[in-house]
Amino acid sequence: MTNTTHEWPLYEIFIRGQHGLSHRHVGSLHAPDAEMAIKNARDVYTRRNEGVSIWVVQAADIAASSPEEKGSLYEPANDKVYRHPTFFDIPDEVGAM
Amino acid sequence: MYAQMIKSTGEGVKSLEEMDPQERAFQERINAGGKIEPKDWMPDGYRKNLIRQIGQHAHSEIVGQLPEGNWITRAPTLERKAILLAKVQDEAGHGLYLYCAAETLGVTRDQLTRDLLSGKMKYSSIFNYPTLTWADMGAVGWLVDGAAIMNQVPLQRTSYGPYARAMVRICKEESFHQRQGYDIMMKMANGTAAQKKMAQDALNRFWGPALMMFGPSDENSVHSAQSMAWKIKMNSNDELRQKFVDECVPQAEYLGLTVPDPDLKWNEERGHYDFTQPDWDEFFDVLKGNGPCNTERLEARNKAWDDGAWVRDGLMAHAAKKRAAKLAAE
Repeated sequence: MTNTTHEWPLYEIFIRGQHGLSHRHVGSLHAPDAEMAIKNARDVYTRRNEGVSIWVVQAADIAASSPEEKGSLYEPANDKVYRHPTFFDIPDEVGAM
Repeated sequence: MYAQMIKSTGEGVKSLEEMDPQERAFQERINAGGKIEPKDWMPDGYRKNLIRQIGQHAHSEIVGQLPEGNWITRAPTLERKAILLAKVQDEAGHGLYLYCAAETLGVTRDQLTRDLLSGKMKYSSIFNYPTLTWADMGAVGWLVDGAAIMNQVPLQRTSYGPYARAMVRICKEESFHQRQGYDIMMKMANGTAAQKKMAQDALNRFWGPALMMFGPSDENSVHSAQSMAWKIKMNSNDELRQKFVDECVPQAEYLGLTVPDPDLKWNEERGHYDFTQPDWDEFFDVLKGNGPCNTERLEARNKAWDDGAWVRDGLMAHAAKKRAAKLAAE
């Protein structure tokens, strides 16, 4: 990527809130490189002990689905109600299933 | 279970005093209910055991598609076909979650695949049995997925973070699998005499192999202690097997079917059912590769891998071409 303006790239920041949980997106920030992005994320997003681990990813490296695709991507699941366990009537007598 | 007979690489469980400070800190963290994450230090044995266990679990999900895939084109109604298709699709998804969890330990997906295809890595013995009738789809969902749930629910608390999180997703989806199986069993058991007979026959054939899914009896399970200390195994094989029998017996009774075990009896004193152990010689024989479908399953996976090579290569070539075009445009 050519960077003619010398602007620091945008990084997306993911924080693991506590042991055992997945990292979650918390926001973004600018930094000259990944190492600095982690340091800055520490200062911007974890000043009150909000995390135990930080991931940073350049925003330009994230490929995202677009809102217009919402229908074609997710609507096909609507008529597949049988994917939900409650679709099947299981008598109480046989216990939780 | 989905991962039976995981041979531990350690020489037995060390006490905290015998450990160096790093390993001791690691074990104390596990004892306190903490999670281990990919970048944390971990003993070599922990890493190796987990790769085997998660890999074997993933392979089981993938190979497990075959016995049920066998009936997709012959499902009795369009609805049953759509349901079975959705279930088999879920199994593929479960395999993917697990392969990714294993990859965080430093093994590649291709290496795991190669080890499955060459027979070096195992998958659960249960998938080496044939699915002969439609009632088998009921028995598999009810018993095989039921046994899987029994093992997977406690694994949501396993010490390795990526594995535990994969298990949470999987467990959410398994309930559908077991219920659709039991639903088929109810239909068959309340159907014609011939259909009820098919349901009984499916139960007869799958009961023993389902009990084997939990792995050998505790006294013959020499590798369990270390895995339990590391919390990559949460309950003993016999404990889970007993729990499974206790749950299944009333379910079979409700169906009006007979569990194929003449010595099955409620033991008031223990508060559990007494039951006959499955045929362990058969179990070890199936693990060795001599089950009714071992050859067929591995051949099917190898064929899928070989036949799919041109698709994988083609997609990579296409991606490279798009990348080059994008670069040229910049």
